[in-house]
Amino acid sequence: MVVGMTMETFLQQLINGLSLGSLYALIAIGYTMVYGILRLINFAHGDIFMMAAYFTYFGIAVFFLPWYVTFIITIGLTILLGVTIERVAYRPLRDAPKTSLLISAIGVSFLLENVATYLFSGKPQAFPEFPLLTTPFFIGGLSIQPVSIVIPIVAFILMSALLFMINKTKIGMAMRAVAVDYDTAKLMGIKINGVISSTFAIGSALAAVGAILWCMKYPSVLPLMGVVPGLKCFIAAVIGGIGNVKGAVLGGLILGFSEVLMVAFFPALTGYRDAIAFVILIIILLFLPNGLLGKKQVEKV
Amino acid sequence: MNETQNNLGAYLKLHWKTAVFLVVLLIGIGLADIFVDSYMRRLLNLCAIYVIVSLAMNLVNGFTGQFSLGQAGFMAIGAYTVAIFTVPVESRAAIFYLEPMAPFLANIQLPFVVALILGGLASVVVAFFIGSPCLRLRGDYLAIATLGFSEIIRIIFTNTQSITNGALGIKSIPTISSLWWTYGTALLVIIATILLVYSSYGRAFKAIREDEIAAEAMGVGLFKTKMTSFLIGAFFTGIGGGLFAALLGTVDPKQFYFTLTYNFLLIIVLGGMGSISGTIIASFLVTLGQEALRFLDEPMAFGLDLPIFRPGLRMVVFSFLLMIIVLFYRKGLMGTNELTWDFMAQKFQSIKKKLSRKKTSTEGGGK
Repeated sequence: MVVGMTMETFLQQLINGLSLGSLYALIAIGYTMVYGILRLINFAHGDIFMMAAYFTYFGIAVFFLPWYVTFIITIGLTILLGVTIERVAYRPLRDAPKTSLLISAIGVSFLLENVATYLFSGKPQAFPEFPLLTTPFFIGGLSIQPVSIVIPIVAFILMSALLFMINKTKIGMAMRAVAVDYDTAKLMGIKINGVISSTFAIGSALAAVGAILWCMKYPSVLPLMGVVPGLKCFIAAVIGGIGNVKGAVLGGLILGFSEVLMVAFFPALTGYRDAIAFVILIIILLFLPNGLLGKKQVEKV
Repeated sequence: MNETQNNLGAYLKLHWKTAVFLVVLLIGIGLADIFVDSYMRRLLNLCAIYVIVSLAMNLVNGFTGQFSLGQAGFMAIGAYTVAIFTVPVESRAAIFYLEPMAPFLANIQLPFVVALILGGLASVVVAFFIGSPCLRLRGDYLAIATLGFSEIIRIIFTNTQSITNGALGIKSIPTISSLWWTYGTALLVIIATILLVYSSYGRAFKAIREDEIAAEAMGVGLFKTKMTSFLIGAFFTGIGGGLFAALLGTVDPKQFYFTLTYNFLLIIVLGGMGSISGTIIASFLVTLGQEALRFLDEPMAFGLDLPIFRPGLRMVVFSFLLMIIVLFYRKGLMGTNELTWDFMAQKFQSIKKKLSRKKTSTEGGGK
């Protein structure tokens, strides 16, 4: 171990890594589910996350709504946003060349960023702190913010619920069927549009929860806040094996831990904090292109 | 001797319109270079740089069908190479005042052209390292990896204080103001792209775009061909970035934010993915349009103080434009057509026919 790092700080960093990783995992699920079904990198997902952060900010800091009302409204609006984006920007292009779909996704992302800059100004807004969640408590030399514990717990509960839904319910079965074979699923009478809409709804809802938790830990919102987390979370999905929900969670955690631990062990590299995800991406693509949990994909004519 | 003269004569007879057009174009650039004021000169230079970078992007994205979003990053590499190697040695101490320039670079000063080409080559080297893992795989990994790369390169340039002067950027780069640098390079790039696209390489690019599996079955080496296209694109983009640095006279990491890439994406989508002439037209439209619409960012000057006009509106308009083109006019201005004399004659004929029929045509040719 590097000189100067005590067991306490190491544990502390582990907790930070766990909470950051859980946030990444929540967002990564949205990417992986959409990719699994539409084979599309939903570039707008990071910006959906950003909009959710603004919804929360407006609810709490501008309209002074109680937090539980804000959370419900945020999640509702974000789901609406995600489903609308799919309806307006992706559905008309479903039979178009894939490049058009990808450009449309980038276009939506660019539009959301610019609309947010225009409406809310490019300046970062301070998110009100929750003293209950941010005042650290101490366990044997460790100082822990309650929010760092709350995040993994919430994330764990949501992910378990999601896995249950995917594996045990009818809509989950439909989703798996569409992901395996789009055309056959259609022939079997699965309502493709409904399945895709609910995929976007679930992804957006998780992004909304991720945004709420993110704002509590990093209390500041700005229009471009979704870009870098968005890219990283897509990478997390690739690390775990794109299309695989458990893989997205695993990838998110790996990314969270490696980021926090890199900064902790090599403080000189703090400036390169955002770069580690891409280094991992290149390594994964070179040696394990299907990700850690992904299946080998066979390309058919 | 006689033979070649005959050939030249025949060639001119066949392409006399193009030859006349080129001569007029060159005279036009020459006249503009003499008479245009400094604001317009800067704008026209910017147009030419946008032509270079957009063509390079179209070569990769439009002709080869590989989705690269690294333009801002490759431009940054070209721009910084030019900046580092052309800033006069004596003014370096004043620029690098926080931390002196690394000794191995501090005394090297190169002529502009050499630095420009070096910048292109540096982009190629980096592109090779990004391309080798990503282009082997099917799917969209290239998009994420290149977008990520242009973020990383910014981070690196911000942190390597002794080489790039970090967030402060490098100032007092010897500037170019003549239009010939940018337009000369743009013409070279256009000619190179045309020759490339209509060569056997170009046909391989298009085959990959249409169907990778079929192309592979026809004996096109997928990885090698994609890599060729990607590296050539990176080279031109690096050159474009170098010209950009020399045009502005200063570089800093903020200029190369990834949203810069979206300008070029808008251009190639508007012009038509896979059309050289479309890209050129769209480069001018978008660059001049962005200047012309600057008033959208200013608060309304007269009477009503409408809060609609304020910073950011211009970019909202442009992103809306991108969405509308993608959703409703997917082919852009030109589709995969080129603005040749035949194409124009055909269009002219069809318009004439439509007018003489005096009926609303059921065939929506679209523009």
